[in-house]
Amino acid sequence: MAAITMRLPVPRKVVGPSASRGGEKHLVAPGDTITTDTGYMRGHGTYVEEEKLIASVAGAVERVNKLVCVRALKTRYNGEVGDIVVGRVTEVQQKRWKVETNSRLDSVLLLSSMNLPGGELRRRSAEDELAMRDYLQEGDLISAEVQSVFSDGAVSLHTRSLKYGKLGQGVLVRVSPSLVKRQKTHFHDLPCGASVILGNNGFIWIYPTPEQKDEEAGGFTTNLEPVPLADREVISRLRNCIVALVNQQLMLFDTSILYCYEASLPHQIKDILKPEVMEEIVLETRQRLLDLEG
Amino acid sequence: MASVVLSEPEKLYIVHGVQEDLRVDGRGCEDYRCAEVETDVVSNTSGSARVKLGHTDILVGVKAEMGTPKLEKPDEGYLEFFVDCSANATPEFEGRGGEELGTEIANTLYRVFSCESSVDLKSLCINPREHCWVLYVDVLLLECGGNLLDAISIAVKAALFNTRIPKVRVLEDEEGSKEIELSDDPYDCIRLNVDDVPCIVTLSKIGYRHVVDATLQEEACSLASLLISVTSKGALTSMKKVGKGSLDPESIFEMMETGKRVGKSLHVALQKILDEEERLGTSRQKVGFLG
Repeated sequence: MAAITMRLPVPRKVVGPSASRGGEKHLVAPGDTITTDTGYMRGHGTYVEEEKLIASVAGAVERVNKLVCVRALKTRYNGEVGDIVVGRVTEVQQKRWKVETNSRLDSVLLLSSMNLPGGELRRRSAEDELAMRDYLQEGDLISAEVQSVFSDGAVSLHTRSLKYGKLGQGVLVRVSPSLVKRQKTHFHDLPCGASVILGNNGFIWIYPTPEQKDEEAGGFTTNLEPVPLADREVISRLRNCIVALVNQQLMLFDTSILYCYEASLPHQIKDILKPEVMEEIVLETRQRLLDLEG
Repeated sequence: MASVVLSEPEKLYIVHGVQEDLRVDGRGCEDYRCAEVETDVVSNTSGSARVKLGHTDILVGVKAEMGTPKLEKPDEGYLEFFVDCSANATPEFEGRGGEELGTEIANTLYRVFSCESSVDLKSLCINPREHCWVLYVDVLLLECGGNLLDAISIAVKAALFNTRIPKVRVLEDEEGSKEIELSDDPYDCIRLNVDDVPCIVTLSKIGYRHVVDATLQEEACSLASLLISVTSKGALTSMKKVGKGSLDPESIFEMMETGKRVGKSLHVALQKILDEEERLGTSRQKVGFLG
């Protein structure tokens, strides 16, 4: 039976400042004056005009001693060493792959930064270079860590650990990088039955939890068996919960996703994307997170 | 056409999901995404509508202008379609990039509306062989999120429902020359009957089953699609196959049946929302583009 719902658009509600935020956040828009005090040094996102410090991006003002900078709320991913990212291969070049990670420039994955199958350590030869396409092709998804950042802002990735590598079956959700909370670990095995990788660049990968940890694979073999229906339902529900959290501008981390999942259980999976249901479950999630803190 | 690149395991996941009637966002194979419809959003048109179907955003404006009837149909008015793919939707549409897609969609719309019973063109005639109303339907693609033609046809139907054509009187002089007089009252207008206007349903074949309202990711997994236009009574007015894959004749019959069923529910839902909006009238808070 086909289900088609149509509705009239509702104007967006202005969300008031929530009480949990410690201290007032100084939000600015491009062109707003931050301060007229000339003693401050200008950082990213600001410029000086007529002795006033003016913001050039929309975001929150951050001050460290004498340095004033504006951190944009919606921006492309700016790489930092040690970040976990999920990226899509766009090009296969001579000794490296170009990976799209939602940043200003495509990230680079050098052949020497990639693990060889079997975990062997040796110098990459010409045969390895010719066999690059067997490892990663255009369109493949990988999880990697940021090794270094070039001077122009481009990021260099590496997959030198068995937990990184090519990703198999699952669902990718693209969100803004500023909504992913920085944590100790970004690989989570959620108790509801699926695993999630929260990439710092805003690419969230949801996949069925693998049964046993395959040590020798190192992320090259992909399981092409059909995923059972129960796992699919969990993955779809998680995907919709993440979309709901992003819609209501809540930070994404394992606890918030889990609470949102539990709050969404009484509803059908496809109903989670309805605006009123989204508001309801995110409100419940927010409440539980506040109770957890307080 | 805006498209996404997917890895092979991702495509496999989507195909297996469709087999089991559970798509990535939890919908069944015959479910549409939640749609938002609003009419009368552009003030200097005779009628307009905006439809948001998931990430697909379409704006349609209808302008009624006076023109001469076509030679082969002297006592009828006609519709002209123009589709503009805005660079807002995807950078590929910058400059002349969106022209090809725009002409393809416009040709499909011409074909769908070529059926005589869809719009009562005789009501658009003012003076046979001399004056008639020409409805210029302009479609603007603001965002591409998959399933463009369904959203466009819903928006066109809503815009035609919203169109108000001013009433004109033809006065004949003593010399025999005809003069056209526009009525002074701005609310004195004729409305079009959109009961028989068809809506397009796109059925994409993924694996062994077909889905309705495919997202961009699902479109990347489907090799062949069937576009059918259905009226509110369930009658098929046109059919087109797109895509480089092939379709089995049996599956075409199945897809047609599904399309008719889904098309009827689509019309019912759309008419309900248009009537509700009409009933609310001026008391409804207009959202427009800055809501």
